[in-house]
Amino acid sequence: MPEFKRLHCFLCMGQACVSSGAREVRARLAEELAEHGLSDEVVIVETGCAGPCVHGPLLSVWPDEVLYHQVAADDVPKLVVEHFIKGRPYTPCLITEPGGDIIATQRDFAFLQRQHKIVLENCGVIDPERIEEYIARDGYLALGNALTAMTPDQVIDEVKLSGLRGRGGAGFPTGLKWGLLRQSPGPQKYVICNADEGDPGAFMDRSVLEGDPHRVLEAMAIKGYATGADTGYIYCRAEYPLAIRRIEIAVRQAREYGCLGEGLFETDFSFDIELRVGAGAFVCGEETALMQSIEGKRGQPMPRPPFPTQRGLWGCPTSINNVETYANIPWILRHGGAAYAALGTERSKGTKVFALAGNVKNTGLVEVPMGTSLREVVFGIGGGVVDDRPFKAAQTGGPSGGCIPAAHLDAPLDYESLTALGAIVGSGGLIVLDDTSCMVDVARYYMEFCVDESCGKCIPCRAGTRQVYEILTTICEGNATMADLDRLEKLCLLMRDMSLCGLGQTAPNPVLSTLRHFREEYEAHILEQRCPSAVCRKLLTFSINPAKCTGCGVCARNCPVETIHKEDGERRYEVHQDECIKCGMCFDVCNFGAVVKE
Amino acid sequence: MVQSDVMSGKFGIEAALFRTLDEFIATENHSPDSLIEVLHRAQEIFGYLRNDVLAHVASRLHLPLARVYGVATFYHLFHLKPKGKYEIHVCTGTACYVRGADRVIRSLVKELGVNLDETTSDGLFTLCNARCIGSCGLAPAMMIDKDVHGRVDPKKVRRILRNYR
Repeated sequence: MPEFKRLHCFLCMGQACVSSGAREVRARLAEELAEHGLSDEVVIVETGCAGPCVHGPLLSVWPDEVLYHQVAADDVPKLVVEHFIKGRPYTPCLITEPGGDIIATQRDFAFLQRQHKIVLENCGVIDPERIEEYIARDGYLALGNALTAMTPDQVIDEVKLSGLRGRGGAGFPTGLKWGLLRQSPGPQKYVICNADEGDPGAFMDRSVLEGDPHRVLEAMAIKGYATGADTGYIYCRAEYPLAIRRIEIAVRQAREYGCLGEGLFETDFSFDIELRVGAGAFVCGEETALMQSIEGKRGQPMPRPPFPTQRGLWGCPTSINNVETYANIPWILRHGGAAYAALGTERSKGTKVFALAGNVKNTGLVEVPMGTSLREVVFGIGGGVVDDRPFKAAQTGGPSGGCIPAAHLDAPLDYESLTALGAIVGSGGLIVLDDTSCMVDVARYYMEFCVDESCGKCIPCRAGTRQVYEILTTICEGNATMADLDRLEKLCLLMRDMSLCGLGQTAPNPVLSTLRHFREEYEAHILEQRCPSAVCRKLLTFSINPAKCTGCGVCARNCPVETIHKEDGERRYEVHQDECIKCGMCFDVCNFGAVVKE
Repeated sequence: MVQSDVMSGKFGIEAALFRTLDEFIATENHSPDSLIEVLHRAQEIFGYLRNDVLAHVASRLHLPLARVYGVATFYHLFHLKPKGKYEIHVCTGTACYVRGADRVIRSLVKELGVNLDETTSDGLFTLCNARCIGSCGLAPAMMIDKDVHGRVDPKKVRRILRNYR
C-alpha cells in the first residue's frame, strides 16, 4: 500500500518564528505525535517565512488550511488531541480579528488573502531544504524549458516583455541589463546575485533565501544561459546565517540533481554557483563595491563608467541583480512575460514585496501588485497602526528613501509615484511611523547610519554626512537657527550631486523628504525649542503626575543623578528640574505611567 | 614573514589552532581572493584577529600585511580586540529604533555596567549595536550570539541575561 499522509503541518521556521519559539513547538509536536501513534499519518514540514511575523510561531494544517498563530509548546498536547484526533480546530490558537471574528483558515485571513504572491509563492509552502518540494512546485521547469526550447535571445525578449525592473532600489529594466551583458564581448562573463540586504527595515531577500533558495539558483542559471556566463556568485551578508546555510544546502542538492554543474538538462550548457559571505559593510550593496568585496578587498565603490557589464569582476563583463529580481524570473518564464506585464501600472510592472514593520499591527512580508495604494498596504493588509494611534508617515527605501505623509495615503506604490513624492520604492522596507515619531529625529537617525557606513572614499559623502548629522543634532537639541536650515538644504543638494556612488547620492533623501513634508516640525525645534512628538530629549521636561504616583520610589532609585526626591512626610516623588539630565530613565522604569514627558 | 614563522614553531594548542587555519587556507588554494573567508575562519578559531594572526594570513595568502589589515579594519564584523564569551547585538534598525531600541540599550548599559563596544569585567558579555538583523517584525530585537530575542523591554532584558550568567 502506498504511503498515506492524512495531515501536513506546515511549521514556519523563518527567523521571526524561531525566535518566538518555533523550535520548541516542533520538538513538542514530534513528541506528541509519537505519543498518540500519529507519526506515520501526520507530517511536520518546516517551511520558510510565511509572512505574518507578528503572529509567530505559525502553524498551518493542510489540507484544511487551518491557521494557528502564537502557538506555544504548551498548546501542542491539547492541539494534537483536539485537531488531529477529534477533528476540530483548537480554538485558543486561532487568530481573532479586531472586530471579534475568529479566523479559522488561511483563506479567511485578510493579511494573506489581499496579497498577490509571485516572488513568495513558495515561501511558507515548501520545505526549503528539499529540492524535491521545489521541483514539485514546477521548480527548474523554466530552466529546462529555456535550455531546450528557447534561444538566449528569446529568453531576454521574454524578460524585456515582462517589464521587470530591478528590485534592489534603482529600478533599472532587467531585460535591458541582461541584453547588455549578452552583447558585451569576452570569453569569461559572470552573473552575481546581490544578497547583501543592508537597508535597515528590509528583510524580503532574507525570507526568499531562507524560504525558497532554489528559486534564486534557477534564475541565475537562466540568466547565465541568456547572457553567456558560466559562473554565478551569490554575495550574502554574514548577518544571515540561516540564509547562508540554506543556500549551501540548495547548491549542493542542485548539483546532485544536475540543475547546476556540467551539461545541464543534457545540453552543452554548464553553469555553477559560488557563495561569498560579506563581513558587515552597508556600502557593499553598491555593485562596484560588492565586486571589490568578492575579490577579497575593501568594499569601496569605483567610478562608473566602465560599467560592470563592460568591466566587472576580475575585469570581465559582469551583471548583478538583486535576490527579489531573480525570484521573479522563473514565474515570468513559466507564465510568459505578457502575464507578468498585465500586473502593476503602466511603467512599473508585476508585484513588489514590502517588508512591513514599525508601528503597524500586522508586521511581516507583503507582496502586492505595483501601484497598490499605501492605504491598502498599511490599513487593508497591515491592519492599521498599533493601539490605533494616528498614522503620521510611512518611510520607504531606508536610508536612501523618504517619508510619505498621511496626506498621500492613497498614493500608488510604484517607482514613478514614489519618486514624485520624494521617496523611493528602494529595496522595499516600509516602516510605519505614528505620532510618537519625531521626523527630525528620524532624519538624524538615518544620517547617523550613513556617517557610520560611508566608506570614506569621496569627500562629499564622508564629510557631508558628518556635517549634515551635526546640523540635525543642533536642531534636535534646540540650538539651531533658521540659517542652519538653509545650510542643511544646500549641503544635501551638494551631496546628492557630487558623491561618487549611490550611498552618498541618496543619503540626503531622508532629510530632503522630511524637510519637504514636515518643515513645520523642523521650525518648531528651531523657533520654539519644542519637539512636537516629545522625542528629542534635550527639549523635554520630565515631571511626575501626583495623581498617578504611588510613591514606590523606583524612579528615585534609578535616577543616575539622584534628582528625584520626596519631602519628608510626603508620599509622592518630584523631579528637581535644575539637575535633571533628561535621560528618561524614570519614564522607562515607572510601572504606573506616572512620569510625564512633554 | 619572520613573525609567522615564529608562530608556526609554537607548541601545544596555539600550534594546533594555526594548523586548523592553515588547513582551511589550503582548501581555498591560498587564493588572495579568499581573504574575507579566511579572516572569518581565523576569527572563529582565535576569537578575534590578533596581530600575529593577521601577519600569518598575509604570509600564507602572499598579500602585503597592509592589505590584510585594511580589509580587517574596513568591515564591521572583524574584531581586532578580544570579545566577551557572549556577544550582545542590539538591533538599531529603523523598526527597532521607532519601537524603543534606545531603551533596550540604556537598560543593558545599566545592567552590565559597560558602554557600547565594551566587554564586562568578568569577560562574559560584549555589548554592541547592530545595523539591522532583519527581525523587524519582532522589534525591538536583540541577538545574543546567534539567538534572536524579539520584543525586548528593560524587564525582559534582565530575564534573558539571567539565562546566560
